[in-house]
Amino acid sequence: MRYLPLLWAGLFRKKTRTILTLLSIVVAFALFGLLQAVEVAFESGADTADAKRLLTTARYSIIEPLPLGYLRRIEQVPGVVGVAYADWFGAKYQNESNAFPVFAVEPARYLDMYPEFTIARDHREAFVRTRTGAVAGKRLADRFGWKVGQKLPISSEIHPKTDGSLNWEFDLVGIIDAEDPAVRGNTDMVLINVAYFDEARQIGRGKTGWYIVRVADSTQARTISATIDGLFMNSPDETKTQPEKEFALGFAKQIGDIGALVTRILIAVFFTILILTGNTMAQSIRERIPELAILKTLGFSDGKVTLLVLAEAVLLLILGGAIGMGAAVAAMPPLNGSTGGRFPPLFVGAETWLLAAAVAALVALAIGLPPALRANRLKIVDALSGH
Amino acid sequence: MRALTQILAITLMNLRNLPSRVGTSLVVVVGIAGVVGVLVSVLAMSEGFRHTLASTGRGDRVIMLRAGSDAELSSGVVRDQATLLAALPGVARDASGRPLASAELVVMVDLPRKGESHPNNVPFRGVQRAAFDIRDEARLVEGRRFEPGVREVVVGRKAAGQFAGLTVGSRIGFRDSDWTVVGIFESGGDVHESEIWADAEVAMSAFRRTGYQSVTARLADGSDAGLAAFRDSIGRDRRFSISVLREPEYYAKQATVLSDLINVLGYTVAAFMAVGATFGALNCMYSAIASRQVEIATLRAIGFGGAPVVMSVMIEALLLSLLGGAVGGALAYVYCDGASLSTLNFNTFSQVAFDFRVTPGLLLRGLTWALVIGLAGGLLPAVRAARIPVTEALRTL
Repeated sequence: MRYLPLLWAGLFRKKTRTILTLLSIVVAFALFGLLQAVEVAFESGADTADAKRLLTTARYSIIEPLPLGYLRRIEQVPGVVGVAYADWFGAKYQNESNAFPVFAVEPARYLDMYPEFTIARDHREAFVRTRTGAVAGKRLADRFGWKVGQKLPISSEIHPKTDGSLNWEFDLVGIIDAEDPAVRGNTDMVLINVAYFDEARQIGRGKTGWYIVRVADSTQARTISATIDGLFMNSPDETKTQPEKEFALGFAKQIGDIGALVTRILIAVFFTILILTGNTMAQSIRERIPELAILKTLGFSDGKVTLLVLAEAVLLLILGGAIGMGAAVAAMPPLNGSTGGRFPPLFVGAETWLLAAAVAALVALAIGLPPALRANRLKIVDALSGH
Repeated sequence: MRALTQILAITLMNLRNLPSRVGTSLVVVVGIAGVVGVLVSVLAMSEGFRHTLASTGRGDRVIMLRAGSDAELSSGVVRDQATLLAALPGVARDASGRPLASAELVVMVDLPRKGESHPNNVPFRGVQRAAFDIRDEARLVEGRRFEPGVREVVVGRKAAGQFAGLTVGSRIGFRDSDWTVVGIFESGGDVHESEIWADAEVAMSAFRRTGYQSVTARLADGSDAGLAAFRDSIGRDRRFSISVLREPEYYAKQATVLSDLINVLGYTVAAFMAVGATFGALNCMYSAIASRQVEIATLRAIGFGGAPVVMSVMIEALLLSLLGGAVGGALAYVYCDGASLSTLNFNTFSQVAFDFRVTPGLLLRGLTWALVIGLAGGLLPAVRAARIPVTEALRTL
């Protein structure tokens, strides 16, 4: 620690140069933080999946509906402790298609299935009680300025009412949220009460989109999935049941390999930064060879001088990395505010910080080691006589 | 004139002794190549997606959906309505008098990507006979068209490139139907190249549908007035509850979310990269020139003027950055151009594939960036080196 002033003086010996270097590191890490957050946001579905939840969809295409009558039969499968279901409403809000997902659900069953969602007790009761009731995710409600108690006019692109109109209206009776930021993205939706929806729609009555099944023991998930699919084999509506995590992974795969794309971009960015910063670092040490020789003359051991040079690189990366990641974190709330539900919430988690630290350490070593070794091998006489 | 000879003399000398400074020069080249390479690659992705969207649909073609639906997936057009719509006088006709209209249905089929096992929602379009005549950009590149009434499909070029088992002659199974791939088609790189096409009647029975989802037609009069008249004739007719959209308008709407996402991602990365690596590249130029302070002072001591010195140093800096830019652009071209990417279009819930496109415009933009970096990085230190008193510069030795 007592060498910090020395390190600092060495680092800022040429201010412009160090500031430029620092800025490029800052920008690289800011980009790192942002891109990692995007990747995590896309893949968080699989991480937050509950191992005891299964999803039952139509076998051949998840957009085909399933009969509501399957509910009782799935409930009777041994090992199943709860079943909920949801149907896709195809919302159009303020003339924007799919502005947010709307699911028609049986309130109590659905909310019990997702204990990670938080909802006030009276909101929940109101939702269960109100046939035309709806609850909305907090981020959505904030974005559109909805207040509990108001009417929610939402059109459907798929479901006309019995009078032929596509314009529906619900009563907003509650707000759902989640504490874990990775889960919060899953609450970017509106839930409506299926009791009213199923009665008032013209087509598809008595059908639902998919079932969510809770099992007592996650190790039994595969057997139970097979049992459920076996029930409906060779019927007109065959099913496909899979653990929630698998479904989420499949969905992430559909989006494509965001991870690989992000990694490739970041490798190119850091490789460039590495070359440029490494060169600057080497140059800076080259210029200070006489100074290093003097340090050695004063009695600093070879090891100590090596460490001093290496520490300079580490300090540079710590500074740049921390500022860059800090900037990425600072940019998240306004970014999340502006996408409000159109995109899962971005956040920088512990894993991303760890990864950033590892990258910083690697870069520090890569750019610090060559000049440090050079400083190590430095002979005082040669170094001083050269100038 | 003397200034020019001086510039020439110093520049030539500089270039001749480049090999002795190969380390620092190489760093400048590699650094700038990195900046330009990433910049061009990410913009090539945006450009590729934009191209796919822009080339989908023609202005004189319309797509008809159930009123209130913005996408085929949520639309429905019953059989007799489809027939009536095709017969409307506003619809163009071919030489033998048949209407240039195709009633179509789209279902999602599950296909794994090549080398993977996870299913993806690939759009499967049932089309009528006129589909190929309406969309004259669609043409077969391999095999033949499907026969009517038979379970045969033709596959878009991009779908064939992305998903497993879509080669001519192979069989694919969906639900309780087996289909034979009989041809591969291309259609100018548009979104239909991500689709599988089959005969509408056959698709309808195989997928247990009872109606179509859309009718695509070529208008006899593609002008705004023609469209307005066509809309009018549908609006007045009480049998219909149908909305009519020009194809380009419809397809642009189908990709708003994805196109925003790709643009934001592409341009954010490009901006960060440009700024971040520019600082680094500036630094290298800066130190490369700063380390030649003595050399520059010597030149001035033996009688070369300040301006020629600055000019020649700048020329060298620009040449190096240009080289870096060219290398970066070439790398982007080699690795990215034509590379395909397929992703989920959130609006249509189906896969859409597009190619990275490294266009001359993008390459030019990359070179411009390289030159800007070279200019910014070289000018200040060169001017400074030319301005500090010769004695002082030599004393720093």
